[in-house]
Amino acid sequence: MGTPHTPPLEPVVETESLVEERISVASNWTLVWWRFRKHHLAMASAAILIALYAIVLCPDFFSTQDPEFTEARQAFIPVQGVNFIDEGRFDPWVPAIVGKRNPVTLRMEWRTDPSQKIRVGFFVAGTEYKVLGLFKSNLHLIGARDQSQRIFLLGSDRLGRDQWSRIMHGTQTSMTIGLVAVTLSVILGIVLGGISGYFGGWIDQFIQRLIELLQSVPTIPVWLALSAALPRDWTPIQVFFAITVILSLIGWTTLGREVRGHFLALREEDFVLAAELAGCSRARIIMRHMVPTFLSHIIATSSLAIPAMIINETSLSFLGLGIRPPAISWGVLLQEAQNIQTLALAPWLLIPGLLVIVAVLAFNLVGDGLRDASDPYSK
Amino acid sequence: MTAPLLSVRDLHVTFGLDEGSVRAVDGVSFDVLPGQVVGIVGESGCGKSVTMRSILQLVDEPGRIKQGEILYRMRAANGQPETVIDLTKLAKRGPQMRAIRGAEIALIPQEPMAAFSPVHTVGDQIIEAIQLHHTQWVPDGSGVSRAKAREIVVELFRDVGISMPEQRVDAYSWQLSGGLRQRAMIAMALSCKPRLLIADEPTTAIDVTTQAQVLALLRELQRKYGTAIIFITHDLGVIAQMANSVVVMYLGRVAEQGPVDAIFHSPKHPYTRALLRSIPSIVGETQVALPTIAGTLPHPFNRPTGCPYHPRCDERKGPECAARVPNLQPVDQGQSVSCFLHHDSSDTQ
Amino acid sequence: MARFIIQRLMLLPLLMVIFSIMIFAIVQAPPGDFLTSYAATLASSGSSVSMEQLDALRQQYGLDQPIPVQYYRWMVSLLHGDLGLSLEYQRPNIELIGEQLWLTLALAVFSFVLTWLIAIPAGIYSATHQRSVLDYVLTMFNYVGVATPNFMLALVLMWVAFSYFDLSVTGLFSADMAGQPWSWAKFVDLLKHVWLPATVLAIAGTARLTRVMRANLLDELNKPYVMTARAKGMSEWRVVLRYPARLAFNPLVSTIGWYLPQLFSGSLIVATVMNLPNIGPLLLRALVNQDMYLAGAILLIYCFLTIVGTLLSDILLAVLDPRIRMGQ
Repeated sequence: MGTPHTPPLEPVVETESLVEERISVASNWTLVWWRFRKHHLAMASAAILIALYAIVLCPDFFSTQDPEFTEARQAFIPVQGVNFIDEGRFDPWVPAIVGKRNPVTLRMEWRTDPSQKIRVGFFVAGTEYKVLGLFKSNLHLIGARDQSQRIFLLGSDRLGRDQWSRIMHGTQTSMTIGLVAVTLSVILGIVLGGISGYFGGWIDQFIQRLIELLQSVPTIPVWLALSAALPRDWTPIQVFFAITVILSLIGWTTLGREVRGHFLALREEDFVLAAELAGCSRARIIMRHMVPTFLSHIIATSSLAIPAMIINETSLSFLGLGIRPPAISWGVLLQEAQNIQTLALAPWLLIPGLLVIVAVLAFNLVGDGLRDASDPYSK
Repeated sequence: MTAPLLSVRDLHVTFGLDEGSVRAVDGVSFDVLPGQVVGIVGESGCGKSVTMRSILQLVDEPGRIKQGEILYRMRAANGQPETVIDLTKLAKRGPQMRAIRGAEIALIPQEPMAAFSPVHTVGDQIIEAIQLHHTQWVPDGSGVSRAKAREIVVELFRDVGISMPEQRVDAYSWQLSGGLRQRAMIAMALSCKPRLLIADEPTTAIDVTTQAQVLALLRELQRKYGTAIIFITHDLGVIAQMANSVVVMYLGRVAEQGPVDAIFHSPKHPYTRALLRSIPSIVGETQVALPTIAGTLPHPFNRPTGCPYHPRCDERKGPECAARVPNLQPVDQGQSVSCFLHHDSSDTQ
Repeated sequence: MARFIIQRLMLLPLLMVIFSIMIFAIVQAPPGDFLTSYAATLASSGSSVSMEQLDALRQQYGLDQPIPVQYYRWMVSLLHGDLGLSLEYQRPNIELIGEQLWLTLALAVFSFVLTWLIAIPAGIYSATHQRSVLDYVLTMFNYVGVATPNFMLALVLMWVAFSYFDLSVTGLFSADMAGQPWSWAKFVDLLKHVWLPATVLAIAGTARLTRVMRANLLDELNKPYVMTARAKGMSEWRVVLRYPARLAFNPLVSTIGWYLPQLFSGSLIVATVMNLPNIGPLLLRALVNQDMYLAGAILLIYCFLTIVGTLLSDILLAVLDPRIRMGQ
């Protein structure tokens, strides 16, 4: 535009103002979404999380067989890789495995036998299960086409159980526990933090002291002690809920503080005063006017809290104080890897740990992306 | 005519952002004579501060000096005569540039509150500057001891009118009032005897009475030490009190420049005129709406073509205003303006 | 300043009383008591014990008393500096804990120093060289470091050492050194073993700390006082280290207090996996076997460390930041 030859840029100016108009009418959530879309890593992580939660919805569909099916003669079978091409055509198969007992160590040694091919199919019929506990199905995403054959995509454990199928079920428990524990924390945090910040006075003082007290509790030992106090004869469901409650009892304090801070700041805002003058009830002011202003921020914070919950659950279960067998979680699966000799023999037992890292990483990246996107002052 | 101390020639500074590059400074030229006060006026976002930071090579990332020269006349030292160096050619973090910062050209920043580190005493931060440029006080290079530097600070504090200077040296910036803080800032700027002071809106953050005191102090110090000052502000009243000459900036370009009397009494650029009209006056009629400048400052990505001021200009001449960029041309004794009202439109960039 | 410390010190006993009640409630919460699980263990190993014997033992340990009475007795003995007797080991708790405490402390201090020595320079580098290759590498390392559970890292390292180098890296001493009295040779042996668990503990801490230091410093680097310092003509690294790095570091100091107990409890899981002499595994065992006075004593020590740690960081912060010191 510095030269006299430059034609007037009217059309460009036109689209610029259109963009501005589009921005000015977009809702807060649309804006957050637009900003979030720009973080490629966060978007990729979100895709991973969606895949993991798809498994949570119906782990049986993704399993190749019953996770509890035990066959001691098939213990410690190594990972079987899938070959997709056979004789130039798309025809997935895994090589069959033959075991031979080593006469010196008396251990079974597994060798692949490429001459024997187990055909693998997608959407094959297999063991029957119930979808969400409602209707029956026997469809599996992947599995041996011959139902009498077993395939071990991620190897088998010391009881000959299929690790792939067990991981699918462990994903359900571990991913759910993180979500439920954080939801509980968020509810506790918003309610108590909100009361504290909105009403102030002695209630505020009391809740603040409570938070301080809970925050100076050494978390891991107390978690251990609380988990150890759970009766041994509880059902897996009871234990599951007890563990989530234990995890969220201490987890809510940070959120509570944050919510209180938001409320304290918002109480002074003009739009809250306006709502009060308009005769809104307290509940309405809190729910309609105050909470939405910082909700996206709270969501970001809580998505950063989920990974911590997952790690804690895994650690507790790994020590035998969290989720207990026969329930399956990533921590329970990792218990199998506790013995170093076993681990040397069957390193694939560490795979559930890899999944923990991937899930936690994905949550952290999505959380960071959300936090950046929900900050109205960020570029 | 005396040779200028600092001469900015056709300076261009751009900020490369994801969305494109912004030309924050787009061909600015002006001179600062030794011992003179140059006032730079303009709305926020017109490139005043960026111009000043480029003089010290302290433009924040992703800002870059694209083009132009900043010629500074180094004082004679160690038997060497005065030399003129181009500051834009010096390495940003190199020893030469650092020797100039503070000792030759010092900065009085905008917000005295945040311009001091809150965990170091005010005295500490000034002593550091003195010890860094110790040859300004002890030319033989033997250095300034801490105790000596402290004495200098106390003396400086007395000079800038801080009461109880002995105690105030050990105070933290947040223990001082706004006015005192700005005085301490001025003391810091003067601590290494610079020949040029850049005052970036030094009075915007303080209340009006203190503002007047600080301005009086700056004027007094300027006379006492003969320091040249570049005074950035958007307050024309302050300019009238302080400056010898004025540079009016609009959207990264100089709209008009000249001696302070000429600018106030016979402004040539429509923008300068509009600015002067919008000053409230106590002699005029009361209860009358103050004239304002129509429209708003355009978004930096959305610069108008031609004269940057033409969309808001009420004296627009014709289509050439939208088509070509007027150059800065002399119109009167020491006064120049970039507007087609005053010179031929064939002479453009 | 002195008043502030005294106030906090006066609060300490009150907090300890609250915690002791909470802890007692937790450790005696599981149904049954030590003797029920003791009898169950005996039964599973074939021998048995009569009801009368159990009742006699119960009386001896005061386990037949109502819970408030048990708590009262526990408190009284605690106030006399008596941490009680371990039901399982039949030895004073103070001895059991004392044997492990110094090694626990050594491990914690070692990994703590390691964490800060790596994290602070790494954070400063990352912030001052934002978007450089090394910054991206460090950021990636931090993300993975935060995402990896401690025990997982310990497992992987142990597995690699065992399978590829044929090394057994469990424990803090070589087999022939463990039982020996303290000597220079034993200390060297300790140093040879402590680095691996210390590294495991340090990695997650380092990742977290580097991230916080980087974020804090990036905030500070945009503040006007940095511009002032640069305008004085200071060299860039001196500007960074003297001003923004100092201000970015201050809030971290307030977390030192949390790091100490965290290192203790963090070492709990790693120590269990790596089979280290540490009060962590001791606590775990006590919890599982319902050895309630031992578990209670260890939990109390953890709580005490947490409170002292918080107090320590408050004091440190006041020393470092004049705004807090002078009650601004």
